[in-house]
Amino acid sequence: MAKRKASIDIRQCVACGCCIKVCPKGALSIPKGIYAEIDKNLCIGCGKCAKECPASIITMEVAE
Amino acid sequence: MRQKKKWYDYLWLFSLTYLALGFFNILFAWLGLLCFFIPLIIAVAGGNKAYCNKYCGRGQLFSLVGGRFGLSRKKDIPKWMRSGYFRYGFLIFFFVMFFLMLWNTYLVFAGARSLKTAVTLLWTFKVPWHWAYRGTLFSDGTAQFAFGFYSVMLTSTVLGFLTMILFKPRSWCVYCPMGTMTQLICKAKNASTKPVS
Repeated sequence: MAKRKASIDIRQCVACGCCIKVCPKGALSIPKGIYAEIDKNLCIGCGKCAKECPASIITMEVAE
Repeated sequence: MRQKKKWYDYLWLFSLTYLALGFFNILFAWLGLLCFFIPLIIAVAGGNKAYCNKYCGRGQLFSLVGGRFGLSRKKDIPKWMRSGYFRYGFLIFFFVMFFLMLWNTYLVFAGARSLKTAVTLLWTFKVPWHWAYRGTLFSDGTAQFAFGFYSVMLTSTVLGFLTMILFKPRSWCVYCPMGTMTQLICKAKNASTKPVS
């Protein structure tokens, strides 16, 4: 099965930080208060952030 | 492996205490200004949303009640509710209502209107709240502001709880006026460093 990683629609991100709180790997950050960024090297594709995101704008995509 | 709890992970206690205190003495409502000024100061000075991301007690309260206690359907929020139109529209509406509240406070300060010991829920319903007021040492206006500000806080909590139950625990964060405002400040502040798409 192909590996999946979190992908964020930054235009719709509200930068609330819910994803940061649930990420077990610390792969997410909101450096400038505008949108969340994902470190794809750290992401293990667990999908917790996608589940938590109140705007539902994080999707699990197959990594290329 | 869950991250170790930090001191600020307990700020939901502050939010809960704040809401409770308003039932005993409305003048405690003034404390709510902290939830207004701290995020703004962090956004203006630091250029980030650390308040939302770490310290917001209300968000923590929602994720506790909706997440841990399961009082949430955990469904996706409707698309229109996360659109810019709604978020900015709600921010403007909130602002207008906030200034109306300040105007009413001013009228009491100026002596043009008498103090109304009621909390206005959802900008419409006047709930008698006289039992939480036993006079103030200052002008009646300080009490009027407390009633007005507590109305704002209680109204947004009620809305937040409704969307928590209907959608995801922290759905309030999507359209929270403070969150939208601090994000706008961050956009303006960081516009020079990196173009915002």
